[in-house]
Amino acid sequence: MGEEENRGGRMSYTRRILNAFGFTCRSFPTNCRRFCTSQSVMASRHTHAKRIEGLDKNVWVAFTSLAADPSIVNLGQGFPDIPPPSYVKDALAKAASVDRMNQYTRGFGHPSLVKALSQVYGKVYSRQVDPLKEILVTVGGYGSLFSTIQGLVDEGDEVIIVEPFFDCYVPMVRMAGAKPVLIPLRPKPGKKTVSSADWYLDPDELSAKFSSKTKAIIINTPNNPIGKVFTRGELQMIADLCIKHDTLCFSDEVYEWLVYKGHQHVKIATLPGMWDRTITIGSAGKTFSVTGWKLGWSIGPEHLIKHLQTVMQNTLYTCPTPLQEAVAQGLLLNYKLMGQPDCYFSSLAEELEGKRDHLAAILQEAGMSPVVPEGGYFMLVDVTPLNQDLSHMGDDEAYDYKFVKWMIKEKKLAAIPVTAFVGEESKEQFEKYIRLCFIKVDHKMSMGKNVPPFISFWFAAMETNLITF
Amino acid sequence: MGIIRILAPYLTLLRPNLVQNHQLIMARRLYASRTIGVDKNVWVEFTQLAADYKAVNLGQGFPDFSPPQFVQDAFCKAVSGGPQMHQYTRAFGHPRLVKSLAKFFSRVVGHEIDPFEDVLVTVGAYQALFCAFQALIDDGDEVIIVEPFFDCYQPMVLMAGGTAVYVPLRPKGGSSVLSSGDWVLSAEELASKITPRTKAIVINTPNNPLGKVYKVEELQMIADLCIKHDLLCFSDEVYEWLTYDGAKHVKIASLPGMWERTITVGSAGKTFSATGWKVGWAISSGKLIKHMKIIHQNSVYHCATAAQEAVSHGFDREYELFGTPESYFQQLPATLHQKRQKLASCLRSVGLQPVMPEGGYFMITDISSVNVDLNDESTKNESYDFRFVKWLIKEKGLATIPVSAFFSPEHSKEFDKYIRFCFVKEDSTLEAAEEILRKWSQKE
Repeated sequence: MGEEENRGGRMSYTRRILNAFGFTCRSFPTNCRRFCTSQSVMASRHTHAKRIEGLDKNVWVAFTSLAADPSIVNLGQGFPDIPPPSYVKDALAKAASVDRMNQYTRGFGHPSLVKALSQVYGKVYSRQVDPLKEILVTVGGYGSLFSTIQGLVDEGDEVIIVEPFFDCYVPMVRMAGAKPVLIPLRPKPGKKTVSSADWYLDPDELSAKFSSKTKAIIINTPNNPIGKVFTRGELQMIADLCIKHDTLCFSDEVYEWLVYKGHQHVKIATLPGMWDRTITIGSAGKTFSVTGWKLGWSIGPEHLIKHLQTVMQNTLYTCPTPLQEAVAQGLLLNYKLMGQPDCYFSSLAEELEGKRDHLAAILQEAGMSPVVPEGGYFMLVDVTPLNQDLSHMGDDEAYDYKFVKWMIKEKKLAAIPVTAFVGEESKEQFEKYIRLCFIKVDHKMSMGKNVPPFISFWFAAMETNLITF
Repeated sequence: MGIIRILAPYLTLLRPNLVQNHQLIMARRLYASRTIGVDKNVWVEFTQLAADYKAVNLGQGFPDFSPPQFVQDAFCKAVSGGPQMHQYTRAFGHPRLVKSLAKFFSRVVGHEIDPFEDVLVTVGAYQALFCAFQALIDDGDEVIIVEPFFDCYQPMVLMAGGTAVYVPLRPKGGSSVLSSGDWVLSAEELASKITPRTKAIVINTPNNPLGKVYKVEELQMIADLCIKHDLLCFSDEVYEWLTYDGAKHVKIASLPGMWERTITVGSAGKTFSATGWKVGWAISSGKLIKHMKIIHQNSVYHCATAAQEAVSHGFDREYELFGTPESYFQQLPATLHQKRQKLASCLRSVGLQPVMPEGGYFMITDISSVNVDLNDESTKNESYDFRFVKWLIKEKGLATIPVSAFFSPEHSKEFDKYIRFCFVKEDSTLEAAEEILRKWSQKE
């Protein structure tokens, strides 16, 4: 990997990388003719930069608009429709009433927030976390991933990504000019997939993915969409490889508090030799059920965080102040309650466990095979048992994409196809699964059962449609 | 087996670097090359210094008064609104906000703006600029930056793999340069900087730090060159409502042939005196916004919902009150006009020569007539204005920003005798500054 200081030389270098990956330069349709003026033709000069080539597709943009119809029950996109705790909303209103809180704060993180994060995570990590040097506050977990990848991944690097992966990992790695190297979680041989624990990473297969170009591995625990919570042993196996091959680890732990009974969230950064090579990502949105606040953080050693800070100061500079202040208050409040039942970090998980079990039971009754997650707020469902014939929908899309589109149209229920989270080669392995989100409101139905309304609605829809499930 | 062979080259490098408790140093470079040369930042340095010395802060550009009541009320209403106010909204901009922006600016620009195709909401104008550079500037592209420039343009060009080419505004002939209107761009000099690799030109009107409000003829000159050479134009107009002495803000995107090639950047922070909300936008033709959306969806994806809702209400109110005395877009510049006068007289009274800004938040002052002994060893190798500003913070407790930070390396030496003041401050802050300056001039 050369020191590509010569800016002029990088142009051909980029081209070489693109060609090596087999990315054909799919040029965007040049709609320039519509804009021709009598003075000039604008076609070729206004082309986009190469870094965005092939990155335009996005599963959310596609499915969010399909599911936007209010008559559709949306279990697709991962956001709560349960309310956030009232004290965080109150804290936000209070913060916004203070003059100074409506103006710029410290770029790398509002002082009271980084101090609160330092306290909470100091306890969790059992180590001192320097609030100014080892923490960066970002625009959501998403913004943390972006700062991490832009700050630490270079053109020509390889980055190992475990499938199924939160869909932004691959385009972000590609935008950095690097090559995603994919490895799927596989169902344990001989086992039916009834739990997220039935998927595992094959150590030999993983080991073979490391090369001299591997800069980092991205892991997500609890995993979206499967809900797998990596065990200490599994993380140790990954850590051993990181140390052996001297790579970094980007650990996306936005669902860190949502771990269900019998399982424990382990931070790979706490394993020996890992603090110095790991960036751990967290999210206020997922922690406090406020995804619309878009605040997250990266925690790691100074020699890594400083590069993320450089990216931050050249991309958006600072995050909104009153939101950061409110999150700080929420963290401090719960810090005092840590280990107690009314700490939101654990009470939310308890609340969700009930919803998880309800949904799993109903899906089983409906003849499908849910994969009960150990963590997170998503559940995979194997729709194979339904044997739904979708050949009338053509064959240019994976089965799950077609199934979800069919389900939205015919059953008024939205989910997300799981092959959106995997690469081409793994599509066949996952195309009978769809992803449902269960951090949704429970209403006590007059039917006399505590059935989440989306399911009753769906049952009703199924009945009226004379289903053939 | 092969493990030793794989590890060997790293081991020899690692061993001298290994210290106790697993302090790692990776054998190869950690950081991405796109971060080379963009790590220094004038704000991080000077904001820290001002805080350390508890200086009266006329440095960084943010108001020390509150946003207007109606946007604060709108924010509170949003916060206590339904649960959807706290969850993800539309990634490219909260529907209510993009509709408000499209409606408002269609009337201003005189062009029908499509809220979903022609508008992208971002985390401050800063992120709108980032999306523009990342989406449209490629390795080897040249970008013309008019100086003095808001400092982020240069590292953003660099991070996108581009090359910055600078053209300075220069004080026109004659020794007394009393207004930002006296600083002009030479058409010949600008034209001479255009090469076949030039992709875009970046302008900022009203300008930070100078306060220049480009006249329509000046923008036409730039537009003509953009059209002739088929360039893009990134127009940073965050201070668009803040013009004084009858100066009129003109949108270059409204000139013939410019809509389809101009990205206009705006800021709720500067518009509604709420810089801490970090809501901004880019408005342009759909075919350019489309590319910026790709950067946005792969970097932050969404912006915070409640703040967008509040800004939307702000714009709806201003749409109704536009041009009337109740409009915040009339009231704010009127208030700032008075503060501008106050600061200028105070500076003149102590023998300094301010350059009266026609617009914006800032005023630059020529300090060449000031004689101080800047005997600070730690700043020995820095430019004069950097040294002066640090001395002023440490010795007098007054924070400002050195103007050469807004110039390219090749031209900064010509402009190292100016410092920048922000006058968007409470009168009490301006009075405190006045007090410091008066005491200082009395001593001399």
